[in-house]
Amino acid sequence: MNAVRRNAPGLLAWFAGIVFFLPIAWMALTSFHSESDAATNPPSFAAALTLDGYREFFGVDGGASPWPALINSTVASLVSTLLVLLLALPAAYALSIRPVRKWTDVLFFFLSTKMLPVVAGLLPIYLFAKNAGLLDNIWLLVVLHTSMNLPIAVWMMRSFLAEVPVAVIEAAQLDGARLPTVLRRVVAPIAAPGIAATALICFIFSWNELLFARVLTGVVAETAPVFLTGFITSQGLFLAKVCAASLVISLPVLAAGFAAQDKLVQGLSLGAVK
Amino acid sequence: MTATTTAPRTATPVRARSGSGERLRAWATRAPLLPALVFLIIVTQLPFVATLVISFFDWNSLYPDARSFAGLANYGEVLTDPDLRRSVWTTVLLTVAVVLASLVLGLLLALLLDRRFPGRGLVRTLLIAPFLVVPVAAALLWKHVLYNPEYGLFNGLLHYVGGPQPDWISATPLLAVEASLVWQWTPFMMLILLAGLQSRDHQQIEAARVDGASDWQIFRHLTLPHLRRYLELGALLGSIYIVQNFDAVFTITSGGLGTANLPYTVYQTFYQAHENGLASAAGVLVVIGSIIIATFALRVVSSLFREEAGRS
Repeated sequence: MNAVRRNAPGLLAWFAGIVFFLPIAWMALTSFHSESDAATNPPSFAAALTLDGYREFFGVDGGASPWPALINSTVASLVSTLLVLLLALPAAYALSIRPVRKWTDVLFFFLSTKMLPVVAGLLPIYLFAKNAGLLDNIWLLVVLHTSMNLPIAVWMMRSFLAEVPVAVIEAAQLDGARLPTVLRRVVAPIAAPGIAATALICFIFSWNELLFARVLTGVVAETAPVFLTGFITSQGLFLAKVCAASLVISLPVLAAGFAAQDKLVQGLSLGAVK
Repeated sequence: MTATTTAPRTATPVRARSGSGERLRAWATRAPLLPALVFLIIVTQLPFVATLVISFFDWNSLYPDARSFAGLANYGEVLTDPDLRRSVWTTVLLTVAVVLASLVLGLLLALLLDRRFPGRGLVRTLLIAPFLVVPVAAALLWKHVLYNPEYGLFNGLLHYVGGPQPDWISATPLLAVEASLVWQWTPFMMLILLAGLQSRDHQQIEAARVDGASDWQIFRHLTLPHLRRYLELGALLGSIYIVQNFDAVFTITSGGLGTANLPYTVYQTFYQAHENGLASAAGVLVVIGSIIIATFALRVVSSLFREEAGRS
């Protein structure tokens, strides 16, 4: 009886973990089934495995290729993340290591812009893009994704930079180290994991973004989530293809998320939770 | 929005006028901040001001010549139109239901994960995974692979126990959207609450246990009060994201069957119905709703923030 009592929470946790993961496991299994095996009731757990779903998704036998969308998404997320880092790092520095006056007000101004919903500015941005000939242009999306992630990045990065002890920086400066040296030798090693986690989280948000991409891109600049919206209406037997598509497009996010796992909470809670 | 309340104080810093060297140094301190600030104001605040202006015009983009000043008429129409009013209500329902359900589930999971057991790290990884599926992909997974009445996994599993074969999305459309969102957001809540649990004062808990407090008493009187701020933080950050949700509604029901929330309605009003003025008025209403949530959110974040600043 005591053993049951002691092990019950662990068993329950395992059960919960499996229940939450089940849809993903089932998606992965279905993506390796043939279309006819994927659409059976009761489900065919032990059906023969095949790569047909992936072949279909990548348009090997005709059909739309997802590569342009995947490349657009890669460009949008990588470039916007890079821009975010370039803008947020100096800002976070001026809010933590060498703070400006009233730095908390500035910090909260950054956060308040994040609370402005996307839909609030969508129409003027659309009209501007239409008049400026920027519709269906991936670089417009890069700028918008940068603005979407910049406030969170400033917060996250400030929290990571604030962990660098001021005494260490002052000691280095007393020893005659100049600012670039201090940044490279003292600040960077301590803050690097946090900066990396910030970059990964920004990458995820940009890769996932749908509303801007859906409204502002079309044939040329279509991103991966927009490509996925092509599967919203059923097209006969297509479950294996949908599963393959969803899984392939989610892989970068899963990889980035697990890479940032240790710093994920601190990042997502904007540094409020350690 | 909140910009108008905080920006003026920071944008015009009052500096001691003790010579130009002092002022130069102040600007040197401020300089690293400027690119990010200017960029954000241009890309996020200007479009909102434009939305505010457009919301006072009667403007259908299919009839651009018939554009005229309408005063508050668009707001009147948004607030009296049954569909739009319904979407306000749907937004509230969706946000509250998803945030509460994922908070409760997240709390239970965090309590389970707070104990040591074999394979804890792996279980944690399994539980985080749903949060790391692209939202559109997650919505497609629920719509086609789980909910499909003919060959979806849910009805397939029900088949084994001889259960009914419901058409989940038609029968309970809003619940269907909510369930998929709860699945994605529970891990987020769990992570925040788990961090909260692990920051408890363990000596205090040991002392209470030695004094004969039961597990429930410890949870009720020590753990829960300690977790309050983390629960608030999770609820508010979750609300900010879920109030703006577009992906799940767009993918699972395409806004049909009474699931259209405000972001979807705004999208549809200007993208499909080309009613720019109306869409802007609805957008401004979303912003007002967000400001209300945001005011609370900022208060919670700043209290956690002060606590941290006070400690270091």
